Amino acid sequence: MANLTTDFIGIKSPNPFWLASAPPTDKEYNVRRAFEAGWGGVVWKTLGSEGPPVVNVNGPRYGAIWGADRRLLGLNNIELITDRPLEVNLREIKSVKRDYKDRAMIVSLMVPCDEESWKAILAHVEETEADGVELNFGCPHGMAERGMGSAVGQVPEYIEMVTRWVKQHSRMPCIVKLTPNISDIRKPAEAAKRGGADAVSLINTINSITSVNLDSFSPEPMIDGKGTHGGYCGPAVKPIALNMVAEIARSRETHGLPISGIGGVTTWRDAAEFMALGAGNVQVCTAAMTYGFKIVQEMISGLSQYLDDKGMTSTADLVGRAVPNVTDWQYLNLNYVTKAQIDQDACIKCGRCYAACEDTSHQAIAMLPGRMFEVMDDECVACNLCVNVCPVENCITMVEMPKGAVDPRTGDAVGDYANWTTHPNNPSVQAAE
Amino acid sequence: MTNSPLTPGIVPSRLPADRIARHFADHTPPLDGHEALVAADRCYFCHDAPCVTACPTSIDIPLFIRQIATGTAESAATTIWTQNILGGMCARVCPTETLCEEVCVREVAEGKPVEIGRLQRFATDTAMARGLHPFVRAASTGKSVAVVGAGPAGLACAHRLAMHGHEVVVYERRAKAGGLNEYGIASYKSTGDFARREVDWLLQIGGITVKTGVELGRDVTLDGLLASHDAVFLGIGLGGVNSLRAPGEDKAGVADAVDFIAELRQTADLTTLPVGRDVVVIGGGMTAVDAAVQSKLLGAENVTIVYRRGQEKMSASGYEQDHATSAGVRIICNAAPVAVHGNGAVREVEFGYMADTPAGLQPTGETFRLKADQVFKAIGQTLTGAPEGATLEGGKIAALPARVWAGGDCTGGGEDLTVTAVAQGRDAAEDIHNVLMGVAG
Repeated sequence: MANLTTDFIGIKSPNPFWLASAPPTDKEYNVRRAFEAGWGGVVWKTLGSEGPPVVNVNGPRYGAIWGADRRLLGLNNIELITDRPLEVNLREIKSVKRDYKDRAMIVSLMVPCDEESWKAILAHVEETEADGVELNFGCPHGMAERGMGSAVGQVPEYIEMVTRWVKQHSRMPCIVKLTPNISDIRKPAEAAKRGGADAVSLINTINSITSVNLDSFSPEPMIDGKGTHGGYCGPAVKPIALNMVAEIARSRETHGLPISGIGGVTTWRDAAEFMALGAGNVQVCTAAMTYGFKIVQEMISGLSQYLDDKGMTSTADLVGRAVPNVTDWQYLNLNYVTKAQIDQDACIKCGRCYAACEDTSHQAIAMLPGRMFEVMDDECVACNLCVNVCPVENCITMVEMPKGAVDPRTGDAVGDYANWTTHPNNPSVQAAE
Repeated sequence: MTNSPLTPGIVPSRLPADRIARHFADHTPPLDGHEALVAADRCYFCHDAPCVTACPTSIDIPLFIRQIATGTAESAATTIWTQNILGGMCARVCPTETLCEEVCVREVAEGKPVEIGRLQRFATDTAMARGLHPFVRAASTGKSVAVVGAGPAGLACAHRLAMHGHEVVVYERRAKAGGLNEYGIASYKSTGDFARREVDWLLQIGGITVKTGVELGRDVTLDGLLASHDAVFLGIGLGGVNSLRAPGEDKAGVADAVDFIAELRQTADLTTLPVGRDVVVIGGGMTAVDAAVQSKLLGAENVTIVYRRGQEKMSASGYEQDHATSAGVRIICNAAPVAVHGNGAVREVEFGYMADTPAGLQPTGETFRLKADQVFKAIGQTLTGAPEGATLEGGKIAALPARVWAGGDCTGGGEDLTVTAVAQGRDAAEDIHNVLMGVAG
């Protein structure tokens, strides 16, 4: 069995599955249950400064979108940081950590943007013997209006400044949590690195309105007839998160900066994908909120089996394996030619590939008598839409044409690797001539 | 009463009222809102969907299911009714297992089709419960059409004609409109007086007058109707029943299955309906199954269907056969009645085994007897009362004089299904409309 023990910036945990800073990690009761269920670590829900805690709305704080059979695909929330007194949280963190020394205990923090506030809270956290802190520069709702959360995360200079304070006033490892509500994720990551961050975690939630009530004409979740944008998470955001993780992992400025991957991790497979793109571990929230803490068992067994099947002995063997294969469009091989191929035995004759191709793509699928669907290689541009809309897994596949074979669509033989940078249609190539 | 399944003779109240009620409750209960969403989610929204092709009325099934899935069951009902105005009844009685659901790609892929029939019922029930009737009449054309027979064909024809602005008079020989929907459907397939409610709902369009107790050939003639109307549609069904051609079939206790089914449908308190202890049903179609199953549900001890050919030739679907056997009905194949024995009333039916040879069915010479105090004949119905001027082929109406159309079971080509009758009535109405309005066909 592969060893799932993970060392993330010096913080050890029995597996790479941490619960993200969120409602599941708001109090001792939940966190003890999570550890009993097998989670490798938790990031305790964000603490604020001493004094009266923040308040939450008393109506719905979550909204959602669903797929078939009401499978939850995306969740949005307008909950703020912990609304429990600081001293209660600190006491509970210390109590849990004392009983679960092998698990990672990270404390998420969000205090006003001044050095004294950060210095004060860090002193409190150190006393809990937690393993590290995560700086919440991500939450897009509520706290941002008060100059915290994503209001900090959207300004690289602030990120760098606060990170520097934290490293200066604490011996604890520091993870900076990034907001995706920016145009280039590399900038805040670079700022965190400059400030001395030990790692970044991403993504925090995405600004969103999940739905509109068409009777009351209010955004959902609705509070007394009004709604506000909330933070979006869950399976729907995974592709966005994967890209942002990959951008940081492959950027020259931030390459090698440890990453804790967050965003729609629902199964072991999602976790493996984040890790292949450079995440040293993952944080989970929506999946736990949807199915309960027990899902970690599938994540553990699935990742173990995968690593075994691949002959990998530890998660470190997996981390970053896909990073070298993330490239820019201009470097993609334009002489890589594939054609869709329909497995007639697997085909259930629904015709969705035909409708999609005929109406919205390249008219490359023929509908033959007996509802037989066949790809016309001389029209197929290999767009992959038929594969994507087919309800039967592996019924339609993309088959690579061998080198030298003639593509019936273009009449050209499949050649060696060549990309846009040298393509005759590229104006910058011509300009250079 | 103290009768039980073991009481000899044809007697009522073999089972307590609560069991009777349970037996005749909805055979396929309606989907609730959540179940409908789950079922609708399974539809793949196929291109040129096979289910639509398989539906005799060509309902746009993927569209109506998507409308259910997106929370607009009322729009779904409109989609259904546009093609099949009796979509509510068809949702209940269609042998979907041999039509739309048989060719559903998920049936092919997984052996579990999308539940099209139940979804159709969900949509139509939802819209009917809201009192919606999404059709309005076109401006009056001043034309009048007589529809003979208020069964599925006649009603579908009448509704479509009324929608096009024609005045329609429906002549029905029975006391109630609905035809086989009212008199010929097994009770557990259409509960809660649905056939009558659906007729009332259909008539909401206006422009349709229903005259019951009027029979063609007895009270009105085709010539008379042609004199007072611009066109006539005949949806007269099959009024006769084939005989056994076996000695003794006139003995007491021998009856037509269709009459038993009709009587059962019209009986308010089923504990008062007598049924035999040993019931023998002769035939292999849906009528045989309906009569047999309902006999069993009323409390008959032994119910046997006897069919002269092999099981694979039965016109009742495999699903119907399973339904019968799971209700406790025994099916004997390859046996034909030879004689009905008894002294005044039937006591036994004698059957001869048959061999299906290239030269046709041949008796093997081996016979057996089944104890019987009640025998139902379900060996097919015949056209009776076809008007003069109609040309018959294979016992069904094949050609008609000018200005006369026909559809439903009295004509050939269909499978004697409600849904086929609806399609034929609807299409005849379009044809009539085109002719009356001088539109080139």
